[in-house]
Amino acid sequence: MIPTRLYRHAKGLAAALIAALVLGACGGDENGEGAERSHRPVPVEEVLVDGRPDPGVLAEEQFLVRGNGEEPQTLDPHLAEGVPSSHILRDLFEGLATEAPDGHIIPGAAQRWNISADGLVYTFYLRRDGAWSNGDALVAEDFVFSIRRSADPATASNYATMLYPIVNAREVLAGALPPEELGVTSLDRFTLQITLTDPTPYFLNLLAHSSLYPVHRPSLEQYGDRFSRPGNLVSNGAFMLEDWAIRAYIDLVKNPYYHGADEVILEQVRYLPIEDQSTELKTFRAGEMHWTYDVPNNQFGWLRENYPDELVVSPWLGSYFFGFNTQREPFIDSPDLRRALTLAIDREVLTEKVTQFGELPSFNLVPAGVTDYEQSIPEYAAWTQEEREAEAQRLYAQAGYTAEQPLRIEIRYNTSENHKKVALAIASMWKQVLGAVATLVNEEWKVFLQNRDQQVVTQVFRAGWIGDYNDPYSFLSLFETNHGLNDYGYSNSTVDTLLEEIAKERIPGRRRRMMQETERIILEDQPILPVYTYVTRRLVDARLRGWQDNVMDHHYSRSMYLLKARDTSKPARASEEGE
Amino acid sequence: MIQEGIVRHGIGRLVSLIPTLLMLITIAFFLIRVAPGGPFDSEKPLPPEIRANLDAKYHLDEPLVQQYFRYLGQILVLDFGPSYQYKDWTVNELIARGFPVSLTIGGLAMVLAFVFGTSIGIAAALRQNSAVDYGAMGFAMLGISIPNFVIAPALILLFAVYAGWLPAGGWDWSVQRMILPVVTLALPVIAYIARLTRGSMIEVLHSNYIRTARAKGLPMSQIIRRHALKPALLPVISYMGPATAGLITGSVIIERIYSIPGLGSYFVTGALNRDYTLVMGVVIFYGVVIILLNFIVDLLYAWLNPRIRYDEAS
Repeated sequence: MIPTRLYRHAKGLAAALIAALVLGACGGDENGEGAERSHRPVPVEEVLVDGRPDPGVLAEEQFLVRGNGEEPQTLDPHLAEGVPSSHILRDLFEGLATEAPDGHIIPGAAQRWNISADGLVYTFYLRRDGAWSNGDALVAEDFVFSIRRSADPATASNYATMLYPIVNAREVLAGALPPEELGVTSLDRFTLQITLTDPTPYFLNLLAHSSLYPVHRPSLEQYGDRFSRPGNLVSNGAFMLEDWAIRAYIDLVKNPYYHGADEVILEQVRYLPIEDQSTELKTFRAGEMHWTYDVPNNQFGWLRENYPDELVVSPWLGSYFFGFNTQREPFIDSPDLRRALTLAIDREVLTEKVTQFGELPSFNLVPAGVTDYEQSIPEYAAWTQEEREAEAQRLYAQAGYTAEQPLRIEIRYNTSENHKKVALAIASMWKQVLGAVATLVNEEWKVFLQNRDQQVVTQVFRAGWIGDYNDPYSFLSLFETNHGLNDYGYSNSTVDTLLEEIAKERIPGRRRRMMQETERIILEDQPILPVYTYVTRRLVDARLRGWQDNVMDHHYSRSMYLLKARDTSKPARASEEGE
Repeated sequence: MIQEGIVRHGIGRLVSLIPTLLMLITIAFFLIRVAPGGPFDSEKPLPPEIRANLDAKYHLDEPLVQQYFRYLGQILVLDFGPSYQYKDWTVNELIARGFPVSLTIGGLAMVLAFVFGTSIGIAAALRQNSAVDYGAMGFAMLGISIPNFVIAPALILLFAVYAGWLPAGGWDWSVQRMILPVVTLALPVIAYIARLTRGSMIEVLHSNYIRTARAKGLPMSQIIRRHALKPALLPVISYMGPATAGLITGSVIIERIYSIPGLGSYFVTGALNRDYTLVMGVVIFYGVVIILLNFIVDLLYAWLNPRIRYDEAS
């Protein structure tokens, strides 16, 4: 038998242990103990001289630490895909054109360029001082070699479709023509000419993409598959590869041969592949990171309250929507039913109560914020939610569904907390407004992709698109009958014709109107259910300057710098982890 | 006599490793291929020509059986092939860089767990039903029942965010970055070992030969060290074999929360990305590690337990 006194003693001890652990997990400061260390340095007042920071206000150590989501798949610019690699590659390499902090296209490796009157021939004049990180001169022939390599089927680049506008690119990719037939030639040591099949107004945007970056031929020939290793990689950007510890960190240091090296203030940039968003947040809070890749879902309120100066939320060039499989019942030839389901959703509630990160409710395919474009906003976007719901109910009844015979459908989404929440909210809105019964089906990513692509079992499925380049065409072309991503089984010959014409059109005003018309028809046909425009959200150390919000979410470290921290013993703000 | 028995047994075990591994390879190879999708399926579908180039480059266009035998041939020369996902590295390189990290953390955690677990267990057993015993077992119960995905973030909050003594995560082979992950990994194992030790120690202390030793007037400390410890550790040793294999091949949760580049995550990312070669590589590696550790445990058993001898016909 257990003596009562000891038993009570043990119980007390256990209770104390549990209490300690639970308190630890929830954040001890609720009780006033262990207030967060003052990890949030306040920068000194920024002093600019001719638009450049005065050396007196700069931090001693110009070492930037950026969170970068996952381990990059590769640092070979022609094989790269995925956001993590593209962030690093933008620092390592520089295309003919590059982007300013606000996202607009500026000269990169090319100092200037001419575009022929028919919009087909681009002549690039390279910088005379262009150089590789080992000191070799960067010449036109380097670009010829690189763009051919990018198109070469032997390279098996995933993003080679970016080269499609160039003459013979499709044939080269298919192996029908040798890479030498590609429309890229060097006129002399510093002059490069690229010929396009159709005038492509967004072609300059593509030049800043990694599939058109130059690669250093001698090191590629020397090291082959291993040319992207630290020690081997020779690049032409503002930074060069110093160290790469797989899944631990990637270190870049300033490239002394970069043509703008005098203006680059950062000495070193470290990329940390932290997959877990709450770990990343803790790393930021512990003062070990200046720039996060993302922030945890569900913590917007807490972050806004505790990190108002660091939290940055800005529109992104991406649309979040759901797709209808128009090849399968009940969605064959039923735009009205699809319209009813679209109207029944309250987007305000979805973004404010469900996703909660300042996403912008949307009725469109092309996101707001695309340069030189005005969305064709459907008429019902201006209605009140009551009017939309009334119309939804009318269309739903007209399609032959009643309370006794409700519509029964499946919503399919890939594993993600956010997709699940949105799908759940949509299902309950349909239930409430229409009485439709939707079942949620969660699938692992690859299974989901396959099902979506095969168009056999899908009905309503999560979709969405982040623009590859800042042009509506990146969104509209997905709805071409034969496009590989047309998982909706959508086919409209007017849209196909328009898309073909848009590719050839070079008068901006006409092209814009044609794109608006295409968007209008697609929204009218309703193969998709638009929900919101994506936002990027991250925490940025208040001392970090030299960057701006931009819809592409491209942020080059070369323009960034760290300010000195102000020497104040500001009392640490009490904080408590949300959720 | 004994030596010879152990050697013969050892060779037998090593030979039996081959069919076990072959079965493991075969099952894993075909199972991962059955999963829908492939390594090159992504949201942006590849033009068919590029897809064909990729498949040809990695021999994915061959019949499955031919691929299987090609793979077996590669395994014989210890070449696990290129990773489909981490394109700049081979699977051999990924394992070669991931395993030392997992081995360090897991090994340290095991040492910590063994030292603390057995000490706590013995202390509890010697003072059975005392405050020490209840405290230790209460702690053990907590250690076992609180999952490490709760403990890890709590430790980071306390030691990195609030106190600022240790880094929140990441890896650079510095001791500071090892402390939290090692402790987190070790806690449940300490708890488990403590309970095992306590139980078996109590049992051993009640056995006749201990009673005889006490009757002969031997001091308690000597009884424990000379006579009770070895048999009491037997269940702990048999638990430690698979547990060590689990620890040194990496934990997905620990690696994710502390952002550590160990081996554990490759199981998950490899499977999710249908990175066939990576999954196969880590499965085979894990298989070999677990078989070897079980083998070592067997040998240790023979040394610890006079009742097990390999020279006898079993």
